[in-house]
Amino acid sequence: MSERIREKLNILADAAKYDVSCSSSGGNRKNDNKGLGNSHASGICHTYTEDGRCVSLLKILLTNHCIFDCAYCVSRKSNDITRAAFTVEEVVELTMNFYRRNFIEGLFLSSGIFKNADFTMERLLRVVKKLRLEERFNGYIHLKTIPGASEELIREAGMYADRMSINLEMPTESGLKLLAPDKSHQDVIKPLGDVQRQIVQFKEERKLIRSVPKFVPAGQSTQMVIGATPETDKEIMHTADAFYRNFSLKRVYYSGYIPISNDNRLPLLGSQPPLIRENRLYQTDWLMRFYGFHVNELLNDANPHLDIDIDPKLSWALRNLQHFPVDINVAAYKVILRVPGIGMGSAKKIVQARKFGKLRIDQLQKIGVAYNRAKHFIKCADSPYQLKDYQGTQIKSFILAESQSKYLKHDTSQLILF
Amino acid sequence: MQTYVFDGSLEGLLCAVFEWFERKPGQVRLVTEAAFQPDAFSSCLHIYNEEKKADRVWKGLQTRLPKAWIRRFYCTYLSELDTAYTALFEFTCYIFCGDPGSEKNYGNTFVLQLSQTAIKVEREKHRMEAFIRFQHMADGIFYCGIDPDFNVLPLILTHFKNRYADQRWIIYDIKRQYGLFYDLEKVEEIKMDFNAQQNMLKLSAPSVSDQEGLYAALWKDYFKSANIIARKNTKLHVQHVPKRYWKYLTEKQQ
Repeated sequence: MSERIREKLNILADAAKYDVSCSSSGGNRKNDNKGLGNSHASGICHTYTEDGRCVSLLKILLTNHCIFDCAYCVSRKSNDITRAAFTVEEVVELTMNFYRRNFIEGLFLSSGIFKNADFTMERLLRVVKKLRLEERFNGYIHLKTIPGASEELIREAGMYADRMSINLEMPTESGLKLLAPDKSHQDVIKPLGDVQRQIVQFKEERKLIRSVPKFVPAGQSTQMVIGATPETDKEIMHTADAFYRNFSLKRVYYSGYIPISNDNRLPLLGSQPPLIRENRLYQTDWLMRFYGFHVNELLNDANPHLDIDIDPKLSWALRNLQHFPVDINVAAYKVILRVPGIGMGSAKKIVQARKFGKLRIDQLQKIGVAYNRAKHFIKCADSPYQLKDYQGTQIKSFILAESQSKYLKHDTSQLILF
Repeated sequence: MQTYVFDGSLEGLLCAVFEWFERKPGQVRLVTEAAFQPDAFSSCLHIYNEEKKADRVWKGLQTRLPKAWIRRFYCTYLSELDTAYTALFEFTCYIFCGDPGSEKNYGNTFVLQLSQTAIKVEREKHRMEAFIRFQHMADGIFYCGIDPDFNVLPLILTHFKNRYADQRWIIYDIKRQYGLFYDLEKVEEIKMDFNAQQNMLKLSAPSVSDQEGLYAALWKDYFKSANIIARKNTKLHVQHVPKRYWKYLTEKQQ
C-alpha cells in the first residue's frame, strides 16, 4: 500500500511541477470551527526546491491521463509515460497529514482531462468538499478551473477554494493554435470572466449580508509559457496587462519553456530555458502592478524587447533622461518610485524621513537605496555638483562596469575607451 | 561617560530610561550585567527593577507610539543583542524628548536600527513558521525542537495556536531551554529534561509513531519530484533556505 502511494506521488507531483503558481497569500479563512488550519495573510513558503522555487502547497495532479495532445505538455496523449490517478481519499489523507506536520500551506490540485471536462471538475470538487466539510480543513486550496466545465460545478467549487486559475498557456492565439490545435483563448476567457463576475457579485452581497459565504477569496491567476513560440516581450506583456485589467487577476505567471520533446515546432531538447528573460518579464510585471508604470512606457513599438543586461526600470530611465535628476528631498512619492535603485520600502522611508531634515547620501545608503545605481538619477542634500550631462549609454556603461550580473559565469565586460 | 548596568529584562530596560530622565546625566552607556566590565575611570549605576517605574515608561511609550512601532520595539527587545539594548534605550529617550511622530525620522540612527533589527526578528519568526517540521510522537503529540537566532517563541505562539487547534503540539527552544505546549485548550510554557545524548531536534525510532516514517518518506519524494533539474540554481536555493536551517528540514535529512 505505502509503495503504491509513493509511486503515485512521484508520478503526479512530477507532472504538476510545470505549474509555476505556488503562492498561498491572500486567503483569509479563519479557524473558527476548532478544525485544522488558519490562513496566513502573506502566505508561507515552507521550503524551496533546488532550482530556487518556493514550495508552499502540495502541488499534484489528480491524474495525468489526458484526452488532449498539446505539444508543450508532458501529460499529452501521444507521450509515452507512466499514467496514474489518485483516489479522492488518498489526496485528502496526504493533504491532512502533510499539513499537520507543517510541511505545507495547503493543496494545489490540478488534473489532466479524462473523459470530459465536467467529469474531471466533479472529481476535483469532491476532493475539496471532503476536505472542507468532513475534515474541517481551513488551509489554502488552489484549484484549477477545467475549461469547458459547467458553470454550476465551477460556482460550487469556488465556494470551497481560495484561489482558482486557468492557464492561458501561450501569450497569443496564433501560438496556441500552432501547438494545441484543439484549444483557443476563448476557452479560457469565458470561465475566467464567469468566476470574476461571481467574485464581484458575492462581494457586493457580503456588504449587505455578512453571512454570505466566501467565494474564491484569494482571486484568480493564470500562466503563460515563454519561449516556446516566437512572441516578442511586448506581445507577452500587453496580453498580461489586458488580463490584469479585464479580469482583475491577482497574478500572471511567466514560465520559461523547458524542452520536453523532440517536436519540430518547439525549441530543441537540451536547450537552456530562458531564465533571464523570465526574470525580466517578472520585473516588468512588478513595475506595472506596484510602481505605477504603464505597459506602453516599458514596451512599445520602438522597444519591443526588454534589455537582457539591465533591468526594465533602469532601461526606462536611460531612455527618458529628461525626467532626471530627481531631487529626493522635494519630489513626490510616485516620482521617487521611478528612480532605478530605489524600491518601495526605501521610497516610503525617504518620504517620511525628509520631513525631519534634508537627507544626505550616507542616510540614503543606510535606508537601503542602491546608491551606486541611483546616484546618476538623484540629487540630495550633499550631492557633488556636476557640470557635465552624461548620455544614457555612458551611464549604462558606468553602472555595468561596477556591477556583475548574477547570470554571467565569466566576466566579459569590455574596456571603456572614452 | 556614565555606565548604566541592567539585568537584561524589559522591565530593567524601561527602568533605565526612567532613571535617565530623573538624573539627566547626558550621554550614558547601557550594558547588561552579563556583558558588564568595570571601568577604572567612569562611574556606573546599577538599575534596580521597580514595576511602577517600568509601567509608567511603558504606558508613556504606548501613548506616543502607534501599535506597529510598539511591536517593533518588542521585536527588537527579543533579538537579545547588546547593540539592540543600546538602540532601544536611545530610541526611547529620543521619542520622549522629541515631538510626537519622531519615530518616522529614519534619518536617526537609532530609529533606523530599531526598524532594521525588528525586520530581522520578524524574518526569523517567519522562518520558524515555515521551517518547523512536527514529528508525530507515539503518544499522539506533535513535537518539534528548534534553536532560533532570536527568542521568537512568544511571537509564533498565536500562529501555531490558531492553526493547529485540533492537535496537541510542543515547540521546544533548545538554546533557551523552554518550550510551548498546546493541550487543545491553551498554550503553556514548559521546561523539559533531556538526557545529553538525545538529539532534541529530530526524535528517532521508539518515540515517534509508526506512520511518521511513511510521511517523512513521502515528503522527501515530493520534494525531489517538485524540482526541475534543467533550472538548477543552488545559490538561490541556499539564499532562501540558509544551511543553518537544514537541520530542521525533513526533506534535507539523509
